[in-house]
Amino acid sequence: MTIHELHQKLVAKELSAVELTNAVIAHKAKTEPTVHAYLADSHEQALAVAAKVDEKIAAGEAISPLAGIPGAVKDNICIKDQQATCASRMLENFVPPYNASVVEKLTGEDYVSLGKLNMDEFAMGSSSESSAFAKTTNPWNAEYVPGGSSGGAAASVAAGSAVWALGSDTGGSVRQPASYCGVVGLKPTYGNVSRYGLIAYASSLDQIGPVTRDVTDAAIVLNAISGHDHRDSTSIPGERPDYTKALVNDVKGLKIGMPKEYFGEGLNSEVREALEKAAKVYEGLGAEIVEVSLPTSKYALSAYYIIALAEASSNLARYDGVSYGLRVPADNLVEMSTKTRSQGFGAEVQRRILLGTYVLSSGYYDAYYLKALKARRLIKNEFDAAFEKVDVLLTPTAPNTAFKFGEKINDPLSMYLEDICTTPVNLAGIPGISIPAGFASNGMPIGMQLLAPAMGEEVLFRTAYTFEQACPECNKIASIGEVTL
Amino acid sequence: MKYETVVGLEVHTELKTKSKIFCGCTTEFGGDQNTHVCPVCLGLPGVMPVLNQKVVEYAIRVGLALNCEILQFNKFDRKNYYYPDLPKNWQTSQYDLPICLNGHIDIEVGGKTRRIRITRIHMEEDAGKLVHSGNTISTSDSSNVDYNRTGVPLLEIVSEPDLRSGEEARAYVEKIRSIIKYLDVSDVRMEEGSLRCDANISVRLMGDEKLGTKTEIKNMNSLTALQKGVEYEAIRQAETLEDGGTIVQETRTWDDSKGMTLSMRKKEAENDYRYFPEPDLVPIVITDEQIEAARQSLPELPDAKMARFQADYGLSEEDSAILTTMRETADYLDEAVKAGADAKTAANWMLGDLSKMVNEANITFADAKVKPAQLAAMIELINKGTISGKIAKKVIVSMWETGKDPQAIVEEQGLVQITDTGAIEEIVKQVIADNPKSVEDFKSGKGKAIGFLVGQVMKLSKGRANPGVVNELLQKHLNA
Repeated sequence: MTIHELHQKLVAKELSAVELTNAVIAHKAKTEPTVHAYLADSHEQALAVAAKVDEKIAAGEAISPLAGIPGAVKDNICIKDQQATCASRMLENFVPPYNASVVEKLTGEDYVSLGKLNMDEFAMGSSSESSAFAKTTNPWNAEYVPGGSSGGAAASVAAGSAVWALGSDTGGSVRQPASYCGVVGLKPTYGNVSRYGLIAYASSLDQIGPVTRDVTDAAIVLNAISGHDHRDSTSIPGERPDYTKALVNDVKGLKIGMPKEYFGEGLNSEVREALEKAAKVYEGLGAEIVEVSLPTSKYALSAYYIIALAEASSNLARYDGVSYGLRVPADNLVEMSTKTRSQGFGAEVQRRILLGTYVLSSGYYDAYYLKALKARRLIKNEFDAAFEKVDVLLTPTAPNTAFKFGEKINDPLSMYLEDICTTPVNLAGIPGISIPAGFASNGMPIGMQLLAPAMGEEVLFRTAYTFEQACPECNKIASIGEVTL
Repeated sequence: MKYETVVGLEVHTELKTKSKIFCGCTTEFGGDQNTHVCPVCLGLPGVMPVLNQKVVEYAIRVGLALNCEILQFNKFDRKNYYYPDLPKNWQTSQYDLPICLNGHIDIEVGGKTRRIRITRIHMEEDAGKLVHSGNTISTSDSSNVDYNRTGVPLLEIVSEPDLRSGEEARAYVEKIRSIIKYLDVSDVRMEEGSLRCDANISVRLMGDEKLGTKTEIKNMNSLTALQKGVEYEAIRQAETLEDGGTIVQETRTWDDSKGMTLSMRKKEAENDYRYFPEPDLVPIVITDEQIEAARQSLPELPDAKMARFQADYGLSEEDSAILTTMRETADYLDEAVKAGADAKTAANWMLGDLSKMVNEANITFADAKVKPAQLAAMIELINKGTISGKIAKKVIVSMWETGKDPQAIVEEQGLVQITDTGAIEEIVKQVIADNPKSVEDFKSGKGKAIGFLVGQVMKLSKGRANPGVVNELLQKHLNA
């Protein structure tokens, strides 16, 4: 059940958009009691848009590739007049009076929106366990986490309760859950997709990205959401290419680099084997595999956590109970804000705000924040140098496959280590995609991450698409995810 | 005086751009509470700022006018602190790379010119206002926040600690205010808060190089308050030191009614602002062309105008200074001259009768009811002898009241000067006949007595007789 297949069916009138939407809603009703991918539903609106799409088809009008195909967005992306909770008690009743720019673009594509997806609170986490409202499970095995922070996005697509979804990726939050759930997750180049209306975690790293069943769908969704936006000053100017044109089944002559630091200690052996096998596949298809070195990468995780948390401590300062969101009444202002923030934020969010405040404090600023900025610059330079030699980099998306609930939630450091392969990419602002690359012996999916230079999404799509064509067994769907149309 | 006062000032000025610094809301003063707001200036989750380029343009103009270097690569930073008038709990400001650096202005105090260095000028957003219920803050049981002012663009102009007295501090702010007013980028009204000023004050023994411990004084909401505040604080510090005490680094507030500064918070309670680069905005890159365009757009500034008024108009330094403090006043004089008035005469009318009327109406020369061309026309009537200077004083009042041209008023009210010798001679004869005592006095050598007789003639002619002719005829008849 992919966007491009369903689009053909709609256009060929084999299926109406209303039938499709009803089928996905019915399927969702079956999966949600176990998967819990959603925090809110908008079925009525979804069916209304679907009906409009059917009218267009009946009238012989052309429809966009996404029209009438049910999807959903992470609950940190604002849809006008619908709650945007960020999976936090703090914003439980917050209803934005505006659309995110991506939502406006999707509305123009006749977006059938099924609802809002669960996540780690304020996108802080790698398992979605920090959500204040729901425990999203991995569609491959409910004992396992879906990854995070866009756990709801990855789980909904893997479970078939959405055909596609939008997540946000600050340090791997689209790619890592996509990897854990056996679906495709793309973090576009920083500035390729507008952040306006994405509730900020770490502004210099955040980027909205698609979660889809296959690479073609990722290109279709990126076509719909990318582009310059005057409301986001960090948005890259200029036109965007038609990314579906980059879906070429050919890697002949392509140089694919494997940074040795990403294949060192701490990497799960089954993940390593799967990726080495993938490299062989590429070699067999005529690509050149080159070993490269990115020695500064080892500082990326530290630099990431310092920069992200510093920005987060400031971005989340606005939640003080004064003008919107949760307010815990008290006798005076300081007490009101303190109580509101203590009760409104969960443990992980509080931990990150404290750490971020600390690294920016006078006396510590130079040792932490400034040093992290320097490391970030070096990491970026190192990627630039690597891309002088190779077209694409191939790494694991995460060092492990999905872990079980409770395994890491009380050990923040081991949780943070799950981001070790993805955080350098956000620091450098380059695009990265995670695609399914096989399965571990416990049946859980393994993800492969491909990286390209800034605005190099096209070569990413080409490389990813070629592997997908070569390894159909990697694209197996979780049994819960088979939708009856 | 054993101690020297050392003052550095932070002047905040609200720019009068049409819209706010990071959103499209109006910057208009006032309005019903929370009506000039949108998701961006309210800092709602997910929204992003977009820099108003007009703010950069204005900042460059102010920087150039204050002899600053323009940083062609500058950036915004977040200044983090919690206060409910700040919807995001940070203020978007500029920290280590502000738009302007290293400027200066010259001020005149007590006949001496002093150069005051300007450390930096940076752009930032204004905060909202707390509106407390009840009459006073101590009896208030709740507060509301009005965000109308949130996001109005501000320039903060920071001086070096080069000022040495309350009088100098006042002169510095007056000069800054005058220059900014000339640039037409701010209303610079202290009472409306579009110009605000904090002072860093310390004292040291005369001759000492090292700066003493400073205090920061806030809430001086007028030029008088500024001068008094600085003077009070310098004396307080000197007395503290004389009594063997030490100065505590702290923020103090000026209490205008008590006429003293009061402690607000100690240094330990100061915020650690945790500045870091604003990730939602890109660095500002200013081209040579932008700077050149701004330079071209600068009007003639007060110092240059003052020099010109002395050189071209032959005005005194003092008069030139008064006439150039406000652009409206200087423009008025230039226009009157352009309309044909003699500069000195026009300046005298402006400094005298017109200033009085302008001040009483609480307006500027731009809105004076007598237009520059009308003043020029009136001066022309005096020069031609149509009216006397004395009559002109009445004419100008009528002009102000009615807005009419001087010719019309002179005709309507029959104020044309009598220069007809025959008509005046009749009156002269009558006055001599009616005032034998004064005539006697004059003849016995009391020259002063003629003044009284002239006055009598003028009175009988209702002020219309040409004083020159009156004088001449009186001399003739008395000496006959």
